[in-house]
Amino acid sequence: MSAKWRVRIVIGLFVAVLAAAIYFPILKRRVKRQAQVQQKSEEQARRELVLSLNAANGNEPKVKAKLFWAADAEYSGLAADTVELPLSNDPVLRSKQVLNTLLAGPVDSELRTLPPDAALLAFYLLPDGTGVADFSEAMANSIPSGVQSEQLAVDSITRTLEANVPQVRRLKILIHGQEVETLAGHLDLTGTFPVSAKPAAPSPAPAAK
Amino acid sequence: MNRLIRAIPALSLFGVLLGAYATHSQSPAAGSPPGTTQGAQISTPGRAGLNLVVLDPAHGGTDPGARGSAGIREADLVLELTAQLRHSLESQGFQVLQTRTGNENPSFDDRSALANAQSGAIFVSLHVSSTGLSGTVRVYTMADMPQTQATGGLIPWDLAQAPYLPLSRKLGDAVQGELTQRFKGSPMNFQPAYVRQLRTTAAPAIAVEVSSVAMEDKADLDKMLPGVAEAIARGIVTFRPSYVTPNVPGARP
Repeated sequence: MSAKWRVRIVIGLFVAVLAAAIYFPILKRRVKRQAQVQQKSEEQARRELVLSLNAANGNEPKVKAKLFWAADAEYSGLAADTVELPLSNDPVLRSKQVLNTLLAGPVDSELRTLPPDAALLAFYLLPDGTGVADFSEAMANSIPSGVQSEQLAVDSITRTLEANVPQVRRLKILIHGQEVETLAGHLDLTGTFPVSAKPAAPSPAPAAK
Repeated sequence: MNRLIRAIPALSLFGVLLGAYATHSQSPAAGSPPGTTQGAQISTPGRAGLNLVVLDPAHGGTDPGARGSAGIREADLVLELTAQLRHSLESQGFQVLQTRTGNENPSFDDRSALANAQSGAIFVSLHVSSTGLSGTVRVYTMADMPQTQATGGLIPWDLAQAPYLPLSRKLGDAVQGELTQRFKGSPMNFQPAYVRQLRTTAAPAIAVEVSSVAMEDKADLDKMLPGVAEAIARGIVTFRPSYVTPNVPGARP
C-alpha cells in the first residue's frame, strides 16, 4: 500500500471518529428529549384525567387545595402549590380527591414526589382519625430508592392531607392491601405517620368508597 | 438404682433447657430473631465509654439498593465506603464490626441485633441515594418515637431506638457538621426520618446517605468516598465525649 493511500485511510478514520464524537452526543440528547416529551405527554394525559374526574364532581364548590410537591429537582424539601378543586365535604372522598391530584403530579414532572404509575386503590378513615391509604405496588416498586426520596414522598402525602382534610390525624400506608416493612428499602411503613395535631371533628365510621 | 437410671434422660433434658435459658437471658438481643414480645437488652457502655462502631453497609445480596443509569449499585458502593470508614476508625482506636462484609443481605433485625448485643457501641448505616444534589451527604436520625418503659433492663424490640434518640441526635449533629464542612451544599443539620433500620437499634444510631447513583461517572462518586469516610470518623471522634448511658429504668449500672 502506497504512502498516499495510508494517509487517506488515516484521514478517513480520523474524520469518522470526529463525526461519531459529534453525532453520538447529539443523538443521545435527541433520544433523551424524545423520552421526556413522551413522559410529559403521558403525565399531561393523566393530569387531565384526574382534573376531569374532579370536575365531574361539579356540584361541589371549588376550593383552593394545597398540594405539596418537591421544591426543586434536588428534592431539598417540599413546596406548596395551590390548585382549585371541587372538593367533597366527606373526608374520605376529599382525601381521595387530593391524593389522586397529588399522584397526577405537578406541571413540572421533575417536582413529582410519587411515581407516575402509582395509584390510590382505597382510602379508609377510622373513628380515631387514622387514615389508611392503600396504594398500588407501583408506589413501592417505582419510587426512587433512598431515605430522602421515600421520606419526601410520605411527607408530601401527610402534609397534603393535613392541609386539606383536618379529620385525618395520622396515616397508615398499605401497599396493595398489605402492610409492608418499608416503602422501597428505607422508610418504615409498619407504623403510622403523624398528620395533624389539631383536634379533629368527629369522623364517620370506617368506610371504603 | 433403676429409678435413678430412668431419671437420667429427664435430668439431662432439664439441664439442657436450664443452660439454654441462662445463655439466652445473658444475651437476649444477640442474633435472635426478635418478635413483638422480644426485648432488646439495654447495653451499657464499656468501662472506657464509646469504644465500638457497628458499620452497616445497607442492602446487598438480591437487593442492590439504588441503581444508576451508569450501572452504579448502592450495595457495592456502600461496601467500599465501609472499608474506607473502617480503616479511618481503626486508626482512631475504635473497634469496628460490620453487619455484612460481602454480597449478602441480613435482615433489618439481624443487623440491629449485632449492635444491640454490644456494649459501648454506636451504629452507622451507610446509603447512597437515587436523588439529591450530586456531591452532597445527609445524616438522618430516627424521627420522634413514643416513649417506652424499660422492664428489667429490657425495652420493646420495636421501640429499641427510643431511649437513645437524644444521643443519636448528638451523633447526627457531630457527623453532619463535619460532612457539611467538606461537601458544600449538604444540609446544615441532620434530618429526622422514619428509617426502618434505626428503629430497632438499641444504641446511638444514624443513617448517612450520599447523593447519588445518578452521577454519570462512577469515578466522581469514588472520589467522594475517602472524604465521606474521613468526615464521618471525625464526627464520631467529636461525639465520643458525649457518650453516656441513657437514663432508662432497668439499665445496668
